[in-house]
Amino acid sequence: MVLKSRMTRRTFAAGALAAAAAPAVIKSANAADSVEIKYMLWDSNQQPAYQACADTFTKANPNIKITIQQLGWDDYWTAIQTGMVSGDLADVFTNHLAKYPELASKSQLVDIQPMVDHDKVPTNIYTGQLADLWSRDGKRYGLPKDWDTISVVYNADMLTAAGVDPKVFDEWKWNPKDGGDLAQLVAKLTLDESGKNGLDPAFNKSKVKQYGLAMGLGDPYGQTGWSLFAASTGWRFMDKPWGTKYNLDDQRLIDTMTQLSSMSLEKGWMAPEDQVTSLKTESMFTAGKTALVFHGSWMINWFGDNTKFKFGFGRLPTGPEARICMFNGLADSIWTGTKHKDEAWAWVKYLASPEAQDIVGTYGVVFPAIPAADQKAKAAWAKKGEDVASYLDQAQQKDGTFLFPIADHASEYTSIMTAAMQSIALGKSSPKDALTKANKDVNKLF
Amino acid sequence: MSTQAVAVTPRAARVRPDWMRGWRRRETLVAWLFILPSLIGFTVFYLVPAIRGLYISFTDWDLLSTPTFVGADNYRNLLQDGDFRHSLWVTLYYVLLNIPLQTMLGLIIAVVFDRFVHGSGWRSLLLLPWLMPNVIVALLFLWLLDPGLGIFNVFLDAIGLPKQSFFGSVGQAMPTIAGVNIWRFVGYTALLILAGMQRIPKDVYEAGAIDGASETRMFFNITLPLLKPVLTFVLVTSVVGSFQIFDTIAVTTKGGPVDATRVINWFIYQQAFERFKFGYATAASLILFVILVIVSLVQMRLLNANESDLA
Repeated sequence: MVLKSRMTRRTFAAGALAAAAAPAVIKSANAADSVEIKYMLWDSNQQPAYQACADTFTKANPNIKITIQQLGWDDYWTAIQTGMVSGDLADVFTNHLAKYPELASKSQLVDIQPMVDHDKVPTNIYTGQLADLWSRDGKRYGLPKDWDTISVVYNADMLTAAGVDPKVFDEWKWNPKDGGDLAQLVAKLTLDESGKNGLDPAFNKSKVKQYGLAMGLGDPYGQTGWSLFAASTGWRFMDKPWGTKYNLDDQRLIDTMTQLSSMSLEKGWMAPEDQVTSLKTESMFTAGKTALVFHGSWMINWFGDNTKFKFGFGRLPTGPEARICMFNGLADSIWTGTKHKDEAWAWVKYLASPEAQDIVGTYGVVFPAIPAADQKAKAAWAKKGEDVASYLDQAQQKDGTFLFPIADHASEYTSIMTAAMQSIALGKSSPKDALTKANKDVNKLF
Repeated sequence: MSTQAVAVTPRAARVRPDWMRGWRRRETLVAWLFILPSLIGFTVFYLVPAIRGLYISFTDWDLLSTPTFVGADNYRNLLQDGDFRHSLWVTLYYVLLNIPLQTMLGLIIAVVFDRFVHGSGWRSLLLLPWLMPNVIVALLFLWLLDPGLGIFNVFLDAIGLPKQSFFGSVGQAMPTIAGVNIWRFVGYTALLILAGMQRIPKDVYEAGAIDGASETRMFFNITLPLLKPVLTFVLVTSVVGSFQIFDTIAVTTKGGPVDATRVINWFIYQQAFERFKFGYATAASLILFVILVIVSLVQMRLLNANESDLA
């Protein structure tokens, strides 16, 4: 659910272009034999950018034709699965961290490490540890194409009406005890039907017209919500990538969930979970039902296209230990069933190359994995009127991100944690009870 | 060789005319020809998959690698699986919310139409909700009943009642889903019952009227008993359908909130398509199948489905 719209797609590296921006030519028994490589992605916003990459790639490799197939997130993973079973899947597809471990364990993804070694493709050119996310036990299942971070999105009109300067986001704090500046600001931005804000003693929490904040508390990974607060206390999902033990019953996570859920259940400042579940935070924001939401960089264009009022992106609040959020990235993977492994690799290598990532950057749809291309993306967004510095700053800040908790049994984890987090968000069980039980159930899987 | 065989058969047939020409024989042949298309469909799409399903339920299979035989492990684990038991209770709860009200409303509507409303225009109105695809109906209600933007809550608010979260609340989600499906199927149920009512000879009612029976008396003493075969059909099919509720849940709550609507079919779907445990999911399907057979047999027995006072 949460993962759904998260990632942007990035390109793969085609070996040829990578090193010198001079496209490499794929060896083919007969140059006249044209090979079609099918490439799947889920974000329709990114399709034009990748079509542009495909055109450039085919110009350099006339014998390889790229056909792009786009499917929405839900259909996408069903199609991947049925395609693997029926033996008719795209040669290359955009992959997600929550999905690839399972596919790799079922031998559906080509280990590209030998090709990376053979072609001497640099894996250290990408932001942070993006490349490492796609590697396990010496095998590699993708080259990074993009990354994402989280920012606060604010309704500028509501801020003005409450007399709040957006500059507060540069230096605001949160703590799990009383919610700090965040709780105060959220309260101030919440209005009941008679216009009293959440700090007013006469505030009527059962007649709220405008919430200060909407957050999907019931989400299993809390990528755009609870995880960034919990991590700001020093908490982590697990102690290392590919871990086998989650820390879900940690007191810091329990305290975080207690504070966050109290803002909706007790105070009435944060939108109730049932509304968030049906509408999603972004629609509540564009509908003017909430002044603030936390959302990911993959949504920048969505907000630009769907928001009818003045809005902006701001930095995250600083917690007791850090100002931090989850760092996630997509990669392109090659299916083991492909009949054209060399050509598929060429395309993957190209998409991860500086040339392709620059092309994607100029479209301003996603932050490419290579830092230089990010500047192109930032400039492209600036042209559309969006200041995306908060996302970029978060990614570049030292210790500003923690990695998506990559591990086996992601689908079981999702199911257990969705129920646990929903029961907390709806006030059906206490954070301590729900998380203790969930931790036991999840760790039993390993 | 093959040409020979082809040539031989007709000649043999000609030699034995009564064998091929007997009209009984020919009628049987024609009957089989008529049955053949659906027999092929049944074999290919039901029988073979069902037998294969039985086999799969005894294996550990992720769809991509070769199945490993695990004996009765799947069934043993299912019986100890709290989530599975919970899904059975949730399903039963749904059926109890759905069927009695739907059948009763259908019966009332059918009586009203049978006795007081005539004209096919009105009757086709009954079918309108049923003609809409399930997914559309579910989406429609998802928006109508939305706690934030739904028009239904605007009405509630306007008449001074508190807003409700419907699909988003643990307590309301299942009744809401039952309500949506009652809305969709009640017209269809009513129409089936209505068709049954119209099979009842009018002179029975005339006789009743001459004897001075009231509408209520005639309903309980004439309509209801004579409707038994149709009611049995309606109940058996709608209960079986109700146990298999899936689409409305897939569109609206996806088993949530907090597993409140994780019915058995959603459980099966999750095991198979989210966790790749096809053997386990198939075993759960077979348990559902057995439950449905038992439920249907009990229903038919209780209602003495084969007997009709009209016959």
